[in-house]
Amino acid sequence: MEKELRVSKIAEGTVIDHIDAGRALYVLRILGLTGAEGLTIAVVMNVPSQKLGRKDIVKVEGVTLRRDQVSKIALIAPSATINIIRNYDVIEKVKVSVPPLVEGLLRCVNPNCITNQPNEPVTSKFRVLTIRPLRLRCEYCGAELNHNDVVAQLAGGTR
Amino acid sequence: MRKGSDIITILDLRREDLESLFEETDLMLRAVERGERLEVLKGRIMATAFFEPSTRTKLSFQTAMLRLGGGFIDLPPEELSSRAKGESFADTIRMLDSYADVIVIRHRLEGAARFAAEIAEHPVINGGDGTRDHPTQAMIDLYTVRKAFGTIDGLVYGVLGDLKYGRAARSFILALTLYKPKKVYLISPPQLSFRPETLALLEEKSIEFEEVYSISEVIAELEVLYVTRIQRERFPDPMEYEKIRGSYRVSADILKGAKERLIILHPLPRVDELTYDVDSTNHAWYFKQARFGVPLRMALLKRLLAG
Repeated sequence: MEKELRVSKIAEGTVIDHIDAGRALYVLRILGLTGAEGLTIAVVMNVPSQKLGRKDIVKVEGVTLRRDQVSKIALIAPSATINIIRNYDVIEKVKVSVPPLVEGLLRCVNPNCITNQPNEPVTSKFRVLTIRPLRLRCEYCGAELNHNDVVAQLAGGTR
Repeated sequence: MRKGSDIITILDLRREDLESLFEETDLMLRAVERGERLEVLKGRIMATAFFEPSTRTKLSFQTAMLRLGGGFIDLPPEELSSRAKGESFADTIRMLDSYADVIVIRHRLEGAARFAAEIAEHPVINGGDGTRDHPTQAMIDLYTVRKAFGTIDGLVYGVLGDLKYGRAARSFILALTLYKPKKVYLISPPQLSFRPETLALLEEKSIEFEEVYSISEVIAELEVLYVTRIQRERFPDPMEYEKIRGSYRVSADILKGAKERLIILHPLPRVDELTYDVDSTNHAWYFKQARFGVPLRMALLKRLLAG
């Protein structure tokens, strides 16, 4: 008998694979899912992966991701692949990518940055310096954000 | 540096840009000394928008524009302008951009000048934003070193004071990364030392530097000493400030151990970090440095507006 844990296939929805080990719960928070929505959700954590050593997987039935959610997932899980499932088949597979410039998704950590002024029509912009470890620099004030800052902002926790 | 470009940080310029700007500054200095009236920017208008106090930067920009034959408009203090009614920074800049050919801006918020440059079609010059950048001050500082030594490379520099929050000190260091100083001593109390990203830039540019905690340790080696103010309000405990301030005060007495050719620069205003008895020594270059503000800003305005 096979001793591996098996998670059943979903009919319609999204499978997010190759999430950095231990970060699946952040992905759920980015998707705004708590489990109380009644959707079928499978979260698999710390399973062996050829590419990452260990990885997490999230399967959500009946949900398609918005563009901003994909961009946020890319920052927290830069190797993730997003599989769109219809009728049990993968109809589209997208590898997330971290853009060189992240616009409007994050807040600058510097309270004296012009982008933190409530009444100014300014969108935050961060230059991606490195992806692993994640380091971004504010295009306006030069302040740097790291992985913990990004997790705190996008998924409301730190690691 | 092209006509019409913005000057937000000193790193917007390359070394060649600075060299060419300094040559232009030499010409402007000569013209000012001869009392010549230039007309190179006749009919052009500069807007000065200073949301923070300033003496030298604003007045020297305005003088520079007048000496080039142009004119200026000045944003009134907050209580006398529409900002008191809640007008946004962005709308203020948009308005100035429609009136003037160039905008010089100072603001307490970091990134304000870059944001202004995104909004304005005309060139924006950063006259100081928060604790980040003061590029024209750095240009004046380097120009002063060049006047004193004929070169900026190969010298031993000391930068003293509040390196963490002081935009003049930070901009001076950024400017030095475009050159090849022999060594740079960073002289400050540990709680006011440069931020890691500034130190990382020095490393990246292979500039030899050392952080030290007292001026007397290194004074004998220096050729250029850049003095900035240590702000008392940065210290939560006033007693701690009283304890350390003596280590960062430059006086004629300290300078007894200095090289004869040492020059002292200060972006001014000074409080008590540079005593008056230094003024009469040959080391005092800070008033010359302040005077160079006009010809240098003339050269810059000419380059940005007339090419």
